[in-house]
Amino acid sequence: MATLQTRATARLMMSPAVILLFLWMIVPLVMTLYFSFLRYNLLMPGTEEFIGFLNYKYFLTDPSFFTALGNTLMLVGGTLLITVIGGILLALVLDQPFWGQGIVRLLVIAPFFVMPTVSALVWKNMLMHPVNGLFAWIARSFGFQPIDWFAEVPLLSIILIVAWQWLPFATLILLTALQSLDGEQIEAAEMDGAGSLSRFFYLVLPHMSRAITVVILIQTIFLLSVFAEILVTTNGGPGIQTTNITYLIYSLALLQFDVGGASAGGIVAVILANIVAFFLIRLIGKNLER
Amino acid sequence: MARAITTRKKVTFGIIGWGIGFLIFFPILWTFLTSFKTEGTAIATPPQFLFFDWTLENYHEVQSRSDYMKHVTNSVVISVGSTLIGLALAIPAAWAMAFSPTKRTKDVLMWMLSTKMMPPVGVLVPLYLIFRDWGLLDTRLGLVAILTMINLPIIVWMLYTYFKEIPGEILEAARMDGASLMKEIVYVLTPMAVPGIASTMLLNIILAWNEAFWTLNLSAANAAPLTAFIASYSSPEGLFWAKLSAASTMAIAPILIMGWFSQKQLVRGLTFGAVK
Repeated sequence: MATLQTRATARLMMSPAVILLFLWMIVPLVMTLYFSFLRYNLLMPGTEEFIGFLNYKYFLTDPSFFTALGNTLMLVGGTLLITVIGGILLALVLDQPFWGQGIVRLLVIAPFFVMPTVSALVWKNMLMHPVNGLFAWIARSFGFQPIDWFAEVPLLSIILIVAWQWLPFATLILLTALQSLDGEQIEAAEMDGAGSLSRFFYLVLPHMSRAITVVILIQTIFLLSVFAEILVTTNGGPGIQTTNITYLIYSLALLQFDVGGASAGGIVAVILANIVAFFLIRLIGKNLER
Repeated sequence: MARAITTRKKVTFGIIGWGIGFLIFFPILWTFLTSFKTEGTAIATPPQFLFFDWTLENYHEVQSRSDYMKHVTNSVVISVGSTLIGLALAIPAAWAMAFSPTKRTKDVLMWMLSTKMMPPVGVLVPLYLIFRDWGLLDTRLGLVAILTMINLPIIVWMLYTYFKEIPGEILEAARMDGASLMKEIVYVLTPMAVPGIASTMLLNIILAWNEAFWTLNLSAANAAPLTAFIASYSSPEGLFWAKLSAASTMAIAPILIMGWFSQKQLVRGLTFGAVK
C-alpha cells in the first residue's frame, strides 16, 4: 500500500533514468528519420535539400543491399544453427555428473568474455592463416590441401568466429533451463520404459523450448549488429561478400559520408530489428506477469 | 550392476566433456602460449606447443609502446565509469519500481528493454554528428556517456530482479518501527541489496569492457580503449603473432577472470530475467 507521498518519491527516483533513456532513444532516432529524407553528404556541404523517399529508393534498390541482406541472414541463421544445436548438446553433457565438471564449465563459457576484436584477429591470423595457421598445419598433416579461409569461404569464416563467441551464451542459458527440470519426472518416464531418445524429445526438449526461444531471439538482436569481427578481418570483402547490413550502413556513413543514404539504411535496420524485438518483448512480458 | 553403469557413464561423459571443453577453450590457450614465444617460433611449422624457449619479451615490448598504458587506462575509465554512473541512475529507479510498483511499472520496464533492441547503426549517423559538433569525438567523456546509456536498461533490469527478491515484510516492519524512507533504504534494505548490486556491477564492467561498436567508431588515438587498440593489429601488424597474443592476453585476462566469477549473474542479466 503505497501512500501518496511514497508514490511521489518513487516517481522522483525513477525520473533521471527514464528521462535520460527517453532522450537517448528519441532524439537520435528522430534525427536519423529527418536525415533520411534529405540529400545530405558531408563531402558536399551546402547542398542539403528535401528529397522525399529517394534515399530509401536508392538504398532498397541497390544490389549491394540485397547482398548485405542475404549475408546478414546467413550470418544470423548460420550462427544460430551452430550455437543452438551445439548449445543443446553441450548443455546435455555438462548436466551429467563427471569429474572436473565445474572446470569444464568455466572453459566452455570463456569465449564469451573475449573481446570481439581479439577473437576475430586470433582466429584469422593464428588459426585460419592458410600457410602458418594451425588449421592449415592440421590439414597438411592429414594430407589435405589447407583451406584459405578468408579468400575461399569468407562468410563462413566469420560465422565460425561469431558462433565460437556465442556458443557459451547459448550453452549457459540452456544448461540453466535444463537444471530446473524435475528429476522425478525423468525417473517416472524411465520407469515407464521411455528410452533416452524419447525422453529427450518428449520431456527434455519441450521443457527447454522457452529457453531456446529466448536464446534465438536475444542472439538475433545482437547478431544483426555484428560489426567488429567484420571490420578487423575482411572490411566487408572480398568485394562485398562479407558485408552485412550494419557494415553497409557504416561504410555509407563513415567512409562515403552519405548521411542521407546511411540514415535511410539505419531506419531500415531499425525496422528489421523491431520485428524480432516485438516477439522477444512479448515473451519476456509474459514472464513478468507470472 | 547399477553402480558399474554409473561409473562407466561418468567416465564417458568425463572424456567427452573435457574433450569439448578443451577444444572450445583452445583458441584462448593458444593465444596465451603464443604470447610467450618469439615471433619466429610463433609461426613455426610444425607448431610448438609447450617445449619452446619461453620468453617475456613480447610483454615488455607491448608495454613499452608509448601508448599502451593510455589504452588500458581508457578501458578502465570507460568501463568502470559508465558502470558507476549507470548504477547511480539505476539504483533509485529499480528501487522505486520494485518497492512502490504502480500499474505502469511493467510498461516502463518493457519500454526500457525495448531501447536495448535498437540496432546501433540506426543512430550512428546523428550520434556521430552530435559528437563531432560538441567536440566529443575521441574523448573518454563521450564514450562513457554512450556506454552508460547502452547498458542502463540491463542495469535497471538486473537490479529490479534482485530487489524484487527482497521480502517486502521487512520493509513494513521497519516502517512500523517508525523508520523514514531514507532510514529504511540506508539501514534496512541496502545491506540486503549489496550482493545484487555487486553482481550487476561486475557484469556491466565486462559488457562495457568488450563493447566494440561505439568504441571503434567514435574513438581514435586519444580515447581508444583496448578493443580499438587490438583492432590496430589487424594489419599489417597482425603478422606479429607473438605481440598480438601478448596484447590480447593482457586485454582479456582480467575480464575473463571477472567473467568466471559472474557466470551465474550472466544468465539473469542477459535474458532480462526470462531464464533464471
